[in-house]
Amino acid sequence: MKTKQKELPMAKDYATVKCCPKHNYEDFASPGTKAHWVTGQVETASGPIDCVSTNLILKDFMDTIKMRFGMGRMNYAIPPGLYGIGKPDSYSPVLVSANYKLSFDSLRRYLSGFNLWILVLDTKGINVWCAAGKGTFGTTEINRMVKETNLSGLVSHRNLILPQLAAPGVAAQEVRSQTGFNVVYGPVRASDITYFLEAGYKVKKEMRRTSFTLLDRLVLTPVEAMRTIKPLLGLAVLLFLLNLAAFIFNDDPFILSLLLGETVSSFAPFLIAVLVGTVLVPVMLPYIPGRPLAWKGWVLGVILTFGYTTFIAPDLNLWETAAHYLMLPAITAFLGMNFTGSTTYTSLSGVVKEMGIALPLIIVSASLGVITLCIAYFI
Amino acid sequence: MKFKYLSDVVTLKLDQGKCNGCGMCLTVCPQGVFSMNNKVSAIADRDACLECGACAKNCPQKALSVRAGVGCAYAVLMDKFNLKGSCCDDTCECSLDDIKDAGNT
Repeated sequence: MKTKQKELPMAKDYATVKCCPKHNYEDFASPGTKAHWVTGQVETASGPIDCVSTNLILKDFMDTIKMRFGMGRMNYAIPPGLYGIGKPDSYSPVLVSANYKLSFDSLRRYLSGFNLWILVLDTKGINVWCAAGKGTFGTTEINRMVKETNLSGLVSHRNLILPQLAAPGVAAQEVRSQTGFNVVYGPVRASDITYFLEAGYKVKKEMRRTSFTLLDRLVLTPVEAMRTIKPLLGLAVLLFLLNLAAFIFNDDPFILSLLLGETVSSFAPFLIAVLVGTVLVPVMLPYIPGRPLAWKGWVLGVILTFGYTTFIAPDLNLWETAAHYLMLPAITAFLGMNFTGSTTYTSLSGVVKEMGIALPLIIVSASLGVITLCIAYFI
Repeated sequence: MKFKYLSDVVTLKLDQGKCNGCGMCLTVCPQGVFSMNNKVSAIADRDACLECGACAKNCPQKALSVRAGVGCAYAVLMDKFNLKGSCCDDTCECSLDDIKDAGNT
């Protein structure tokens, strides 16, 4: 019996669209030159249309690796519009995709041997699922692009094949009433598109489900870790100043190498905690007991602190040990909580609930930790 | 491996009286929340719902409602403190290239 549905704020209160820098498409198709993945053109009633290779080259893979490390991701867009695969004609199916190059790459690589059209929407260089969540991969944009490319004059059928994960942004019934095209939802994963097309627009049940395998989680960890570099550098500076202050306060003889050594050894556990939070938590996600991600992070943080204070730095005094127990699990809990945004299974309501409990505890724990550490340095 | 998040939190509601049994919700749901019983949709695995909003958006009968949003602590945090963060920089769900970006067409 669920009667206590509180008055909830509207969805747009959270995760609102405050974003999207300007894109330049120059890397892919500057005026006069063609992007490396354009292989030729097909003549149509609406003029020539670029045909696209189904093979990824080394540059595509290198760029993908750069994206994985969060480098230049916001400029990784391709020009929206209609593209051809193989030798498409008026009977060829139409796939709809996002203009994030990574999305486009992972679709085209599975289309070898087919003749079809790809309608690339302007999703501001954002992937399908996120763009659907923001509404940029949405009914309005589909209508706009169908009209702009004169699609109804180009193909004789009236089907648009959309990735299933576009559904949060697209109302199929509205697309039909506004454009005359039926929306057919294809599989979740691009790798299943071949099966879908060959089976006559059918999918197996598991192709309708997102998965979140070890490999899926692993490829996310570089971006997660890269995000912590700036805060870590700030922390290193703070620890240097703290150690410097302690040197002066305790009237120790000033030896630079000693000071740097102290800084490095006091910084090390934080660095390990960040790696645990950004890499180990995602990797171990299904094996850590408990459901809230902040909790999972905290559990690993406590284990890490125990290991560190027991085996690596057993000579820490009581204050220092306490400070580590207060700070390190708070860091890993926070990073674990942050990973909710990268998972495939966390709901907004769940995240709001989790944060309501975890965030105050994290702040209190970390603050007490900082105070304790300062005490440890100056007694 | 099926991941489970918190129990009893999601805002998904189904009015079975309005349902015409078209099965669109079963098609679009990436989490297998729905099942079809006697040509009427039913919520079979409520806690699996991630509130993406696909079902409600695509229900021709408007039988489904959900507060759709992104289950992302970073986005909620930025919003709560009114910071200039965004969900489409290097953070948040948009970093999920394989699952949410590219892997899924």
